[in-house]
Amino acid sequence: MSALLEITGISKQYPGVLANDNISLTVSAGEVVALLGENGAGKSTLLKAVFGLVKPDTGEIKIGGEPIIFGDTAGIIARGVGMVHQHFQLVPVMTVAENIILGDEPKSGLFINMKAARAEIIALSKRYGLEVDPDAVIEDLPVGMQQRVEILKALRKDVKLLILDEPTAVLTPQEIDELLGVIRNLANSGVGIVLITHKLHEVMAVADRVVVLRGGKLIGTTSPKETDEAGLAQMMVGRSVVLQVNRTEAKRGGVVLEVKGLQVRDDRKILSVKGVDLSLHKGEILGIAGVEGNGQREFVEAICGMRHREAGEVIINGVATKDMHPHGAHEAGISHIPEDREKHGLVSSYSIADNLILNQFDQEPFAKGWIRNLGEISKNAISMVEKFDIRTPSAFNTAGSLSGGNKQKVVVARELSEDLPVLIAAQPTRGVDVGSIEFIHNQLLSARDKGAAVLLVSAELDEILSLSDRIAVMSGGKIVAIVDSKGADRNYIGRLMAGLDK
Amino acid sequence: MITLIKRRGSYYFLAVSLATLYLYSQSANITTSVFSIAVTFAMPLALAAMVGIMCERTGIVNIGIEGTLLLSSFVAFYVAIAAKSILIGFVAAMATGVAMSLLLALMSVTWKMDQIIAGTILNILATGLTSFFYIQGNMLPSMFKQKPIPGLSNLPFFGDVLFKHGLLMYLGFVVIITLYYGLFHTPWGLRTRAVGEHPSSADTAGVSVSRMRYVNVAVAGAIGGLCGSYLVLELVGSWNRGFTAGKGFTALALMIFGRWNPMGALAAAMFFGLAQAGANQLMINGTVNIPPQFVGILPYVMTIIVLAISAGKVRPPAAEGQPYEKGQS
Repeated sequence: MSALLEITGISKQYPGVLANDNISLTVSAGEVVALLGENGAGKSTLLKAVFGLVKPDTGEIKIGGEPIIFGDTAGIIARGVGMVHQHFQLVPVMTVAENIILGDEPKSGLFINMKAARAEIIALSKRYGLEVDPDAVIEDLPVGMQQRVEILKALRKDVKLLILDEPTAVLTPQEIDELLGVIRNLANSGVGIVLITHKLHEVMAVADRVVVLRGGKLIGTTSPKETDEAGLAQMMVGRSVVLQVNRTEAKRGGVVLEVKGLQVRDDRKILSVKGVDLSLHKGEILGIAGVEGNGQREFVEAICGMRHREAGEVIINGVATKDMHPHGAHEAGISHIPEDREKHGLVSSYSIADNLILNQFDQEPFAKGWIRNLGEISKNAISMVEKFDIRTPSAFNTAGSLSGGNKQKVVVARELSEDLPVLIAAQPTRGVDVGSIEFIHNQLLSARDKGAAVLLVSAELDEILSLSDRIAVMSGGKIVAIVDSKGADRNYIGRLMAGLDK
Repeated sequence: MITLIKRRGSYYFLAVSLATLYLYSQSANITTSVFSIAVTFAMPLALAAMVGIMCERTGIVNIGIEGTLLLSSFVAFYVAIAAKSILIGFVAAMATGVAMSLLLALMSVTWKMDQIIAGTILNILATGLTSFFYIQGNMLPSMFKQKPIPGLSNLPFFGDVLFKHGLLMYLGFVVIITLYYGLFHTPWGLRTRAVGEHPSSADTAGVSVSRMRYVNVAVAGAIGGLCGSYLVLELVGSWNRGFTAGKGFTALALMIFGRWNPMGALAAAMFFGLAQAGANQLMINGTVNIPPQFVGILPYVMTIIVLAISAGKVRPPAAEGQPYEKGQS
């Protein structure tokens, strides 16, 4: 087999971080290479270099035997390289068709031939079994559908090498299975594939070869035949990771948070939480399982005062909280790890130190009256960075400079620092590496053991099953069942999530 | 959203048409002359708004339009006098516009400067240069003359309003229509809008963000040069300090009011032109008896009112004002 992609001795230094340290790698036609590593291990940097978007300091990248030129993305695409980016590279206000043809538009005379574009996209989506509506506007589509568009965009040219940067982070289990099927078919038809993912079972399912990066260095190469998930996890973090959480029996107390008849509308003004009653007890983790988009997000936002409640009440320790009042919800005792950490969890341009006290910036000891106490703020930051293992050159770098897992650790550190009676964790480990997942899980458990009432919302059923004391299944905007996690049947919950059993 | 704008637009259009029809039935001559004058008031504003649209659609905020107009009209005037040719004056003004734009592009694309500061520099530069080199008492050798378009100019009402103007006015209409089709129906337009909305999408699709920005801002400068030439060589015929009188800033408001759409901005400019021409006519008739200064403020007051009403509902290109760093997404 000839090498499609040859990477030789690539290094890339960013301020304070050596993102790639002398990495060499080859990918041949028809093979699936999984690139595995913790957040910040340098995977994305490496693949952006392949696509001509990042200029490496040293080293050479060859595609089909020919070296690439930095900045010549159009030329690299023309050589048959497609990339599915971690952050979707789609223009939100444009249609699916416009996004897919961007950069190589079918023309009639001077004008874009939209008819030809539509026909081409429909043919393309039939060919790969990825159905899309060419005229839908991107920002109106759910993320799973946007991901499809992103993949179709990459597949549009006759792709010889397809790079996928965490393509499954936002997909439902069904969508993931579909995608893995597409990847396998492409490989069988001779396409070389590089797949970045955090999810070890995906690697085991689809990869021919696994390359592990850690701290910018290439640690080793293995294959699913030679190792198992635990082995891969150990290579990634350099120590053995307990994937199964050690959970003691919950010491369940009285009701802390009570939700009564809650109804909430989503962004499109459609009723997406249709009357939910739920009570959360002191010292327990209540997991909300469900396929994404069944009202979980709106449910959490309504509780936290971020979204208008159409009807119903949220009661904390016997006191009803006000609608649309996030500060009030926090005062009443809710800490919240939001689903979208970039948008609601952090101020990217602020320092890590400031982000760590966003919930207490006006309180002692971080402020006295109108004056901020910078000494206390930095003391707190330094101890938090240490305690929560936030990997950064300094606590005074901006939060935006951190990798995904470390950003999440900042959010978790801040939200747990107050020991409030209620903790709401929405997708707390999304897009986070294995080492950080373990850490965050343990933090949630220790919050529970300290007496907090924890509401865990996750699209990962395994996460729900391993952490929760009770599991509420949400489907179609309603809680369809609440089961004890002890002896909970995975298949039964899966069917409930899909809305099959009642 | 788009259908709503379209529907609202057609309501405006209907209301204006009916009012025009009524006025025309009352007094055909006056109505025609008011509209004809309104078009000459509207064209410079519309062209200046096109400069803004070209820049902002590609992600560059240009508050230096005023400076571009001022300097290019100045150059048009004095070069036309020196060369004894208004055509050479026109070409020189276009070149000046492009040069101003390239300076803006250099500052905001290559140096990644704050674009508000970059635009302010253009304005200060133009004010300084034109004030310093201004000499009183010069006369243009000639002006762009009215050239009625055969056939079309005989149409009732529309013939007088649209087809009895000079060369630069016709060129202005061609530019606006071309820009509209270019922006929404050609590959260039698709790429331009992508660069202005989400530059990394364009970059990863192999479209060079900085090249698009340079080219578009340069073309915008040429349109600015056309606008300056029109003002001095076809409409007014003389030049004095502060000649453009804030048209470049009014144009920014019209651009926003027209939702960054060339046709929308043209309609908004027409609206302003009509307001001014109508107010003038009322004064001439003696229907209202107020000092002319107050009539003079009318367009500016309307700018404020219109912006206050439409602000908050508009959605500018998402990436405007932000320098693009390659590899960051």
